[in-house]
Amino acid sequence: MTNVLAALGRRSLVSLERLGRGSLFLLRVLASVPGLLRRPGLVVRQVWSTGVLSLLIIVISGAFVGLVLGLQGYNTLVTFGAEESLGLVVAKSLLRELGPVVAALLFAGRAGTALTAEIGFMKATEQLSAMEMMAVDPLRRIVAPRFLAAIIAMPLLAAIFTAVGVLGGWFCGVGLLGVDDGSFWSQMQAKVLLVEDVVNGVVIKGFVFGVVISWIAVFEGYDAVPTSEGVSAATTRTVVHSSLAVLGLDFVLTGLMFN
Amino acid sequence: MQNNRMIEITVGIFVALGLAALLMLSMKVANLSQFTSRDGYALRAYFDNIGGLQVRSPVKMGGVTIGRVVSIGFDTKRFQAVVTMNIEPSYTEIPADTAANIYTAGLLGEQYVGLEAGGDEAYLQPGDEITITQSAMVLEKALQEFLYNKTTKSE
Repeated sequence: MTNVLAALGRRSLVSLERLGRGSLFLLRVLASVPGLLRRPGLVVRQVWSTGVLSLLIIVISGAFVGLVLGLQGYNTLVTFGAEESLGLVVAKSLLRELGPVVAALLFAGRAGTALTAEIGFMKATEQLSAMEMMAVDPLRRIVAPRFLAAIIAMPLLAAIFTAVGVLGGWFCGVGLLGVDDGSFWSQMQAKVLLVEDVVNGVVIKGFVFGVVISWIAVFEGYDAVPTSEGVSAATTRTVVHSSLAVLGLDFVLTGLMFN
Repeated sequence: MQNNRMIEITVGIFVALGLAALLMLSMKVANLSQFTSRDGYALRAYFDNIGGLQVRSPVKMGGVTIGRVVSIGFDTKRFQAVVTMNIEPSYTEIPADTAANIYTAGLLGEQYVGLEAGGDEAYLQPGDEITITQSAMVLEKALQEFLYNKTTKSE
């Protein structure tokens, strides 16, 4: 009995300690972000590897999510004779929830894992220690550019995902199922609001998810046990933790924004 | 060096693409272009019952949307709902004895303000009030009246 309690206590203490280390780490990374203004090239390179390389999966998934939304929405709406509202359904659900959330999940899987594995292997192969020996701060040179780049890339990817999704829904509804083109757009335009839906949904949610994912990814990499096993465990933790964080935060953000 | 330049160019394209997607979402999906045409002029109308009319509901004349509802309030002196509408600047010549009704698009659709032109030579000026109004049809009320008539007839 005492053993069980001790195990429970140890686990909570370990998680609490990791959370504290993570927060301190975040503060240190944030402190080294302003120094990047003098070396934007580092960030650009990371935007390329986190953002541009994630583009393909984001565009293709966005198109398919839009197509499915169009198909399912049509099948439901047509029973009420309200298939003209398809554009509204597709746009609102993509802008508010599906766009930022699915893009963030894909981003965590595509770019977050890459960040963790890269930084983790740098640590395992003692490249980070070597940098410190040369008086180069690895936080500034390695971690901060990746952190910032992921934050820049995420809202842009969410916007691209949503736009492609709306076009996919349009293609499915108007192109394949014969919904009227004019009412598809006009119903959407009449009810979708700029600040409420576009800014709240895509921009703010995308930004928050970007911060959370890149924080978790760089911290797990930096904090990984420097062995191949440790890096693999850290990569797994990145996906699990950032997916859970995205979904949980999405509920909180939705509650704050749209109640 | 060449490689570096390629990366910079693709990142530039990526950022431009992201911003273009955002622009498309605000212009084409949220229809910012129409939303910004805030110039135009205001008209007021008092209704006994506005039903399900909402801010941003369309104002139509002959089925064409010529403006939108800007605000809905309640006048405590007249005990009526006051609806302020913004009419697009291209429609300035609306006769002064125009009637405003609240209609429903379809049986269960959204509600809108329908204006019906009168024959007056004078036009409504910005800030004017539309005096001839008819309230929204409330389905429950209509049903109630219908049932009442039915029962009184059968007696």
